Amino acid sequence: MSETLYEKLGGDAAVNAAVDIFYRKVLADDRINSFFEGIDMDKQAAKQKAFLTMAFGGPHNYTGKDMRDGHAHLVKKGLNDTHFDAVMENLGATLKELNVPDDLIAQAAAIAESTRNDVLGR
Amino acid sequence: MQKIAFRGREFQCEEKETVLDVLVRNDIPIPHSCRSGVCHSCLVKAVKGRPSIASQAGLKETLAHQKYFLACQCIPENFIEVAIADESVNHFVDATVISKKKLSEAITRVRIKTDEVIDYKAGQFLNIKGIKEQIRSYSIASIPSDDFIEFHIQRMQEGVVSTWLSDQIEVGEHLKVSEPVGECFYLGDNKDQSLLLIGTGSGLAPLYGIVSDALQQGHSGEIYLYHGGRTLETIYYRDKLQALAQQHPNFTYTACISDGSIIENTKPGRASQIALTEHPALKNWKVFVCGNPSMVNDTKKAAFLAGASLKDIFSDAFVPAS
Repeated sequence: MSETLYEKLGGDAAVNAAVDIFYRKVLADDRINSFFEGIDMDKQAAKQKAFLTMAFGGPHNYTGKDMRDGHAHLVKKGLNDTHFDAVMENLGATLKELNVPDDLIAQAAAIAESTRNDVLGR
Repeated sequence: MQKIAFRGREFQCEEKETVLDVLVRNDIPIPHSCRSGVCHSCLVKAVKGRPSIASQAGLKETLAHQKYFLACQCIPENFIEVAIADESVNHFVDATVISKKKLSEAITRVRIKTDEVIDYKAGQFLNIKGIKEQIRSYSIASIPSDDFIEFHIQRMQEGVVSTWLSDQIEVGEHLKVSEPVGECFYLGDNKDQSLLLIGTGSGLAPLYGIVSDALQQGHSGEIYLYHGGRTLETIYYRDKLQALAQQHPNFTYTACISDGSIIENTKPGRASQIALTEHPALKNWKVFVCGNPSMVNDTKKAAFLAGASLKDIFSDAFVPAS
């Protein structure tokens, strides 16, 4: 059996390394950080980890409905494509910083991209 | 094959079964979800035996240290007695009040001696069972080598347990305390690392314990403690901490007063803001934050953005009981 994307990226250890970098980029990004005001750091970090695990092709139990329900309150606050694009950009930059090869970055980005309509409630 | 125990019952493990598999197969209701070590909902504790290394991957060091592990990731390598995370801390021990002292208008120091030795880490907390069986959590300000356990009780308006501990209970009287809980403590895994500790009010209690513990364990990196309050009167233990700073060149203590007054040997402003202004780059630091919940959350975020890794940020938010 060939290695999965998750295994190629380095599995759980890689996700742990990525969470710190990715979440710091997101919180520092003025285009999107207002959506994270006043949130509980630990809970949010766990969510970021679950998101990255999914984007890495790892084991997760997100459904389209979870994505919809989980972001509905943010859509009401104006969450739109430009914000989703910003998150995608931070994801790509995180993986680049971790020296992930471009073809694997593209695969992870495609998985994350597949959630766009659910996240934006369309 | 190994055996595991849970709530007094023993179970035989089949080939390649995890602790979660065995419990679920035996109809033990145990929270779980992803079965992949991601969601952490099956977090349990080994009361006896050693969990596998794989089952502690991704856990905070402090949790791993207390033998917490993920049931879905643990194929037992020896006999393990399993307890649900909260349940293992439900055991209460008898204790006697051995001293009481008022530290400030709102804070009373209470020292107790327990009938059984409690194996705790400085900075953890105990649940005190008070009057009318009410339970409240109080951080430990002493270190394990002390022959007492010390708490700093903040008197809350209409707080059933805090007013009882502050005003009513007398030396020689008894109370019950739980096993130690909490992940906010000094690990001693990297003695060269710089430590930043920020606390407000009685949030000093766990931080005082952590600083004492780190110094006793020979921590060689810099240690910075910022204690904040509104007025000078609320900044208790100044003399003790200033003396400690005199004794240990790597320990720096800063009292922060936020009501605008300028007082010798203190800094004006909020502890968290002063701390982060003086230490704007926290990569490879360990950060401990205790006290007011919104201060704790804001400060954790700021410390993270200043470069501290998530696994190096420890906190205790003092959430008032409702």
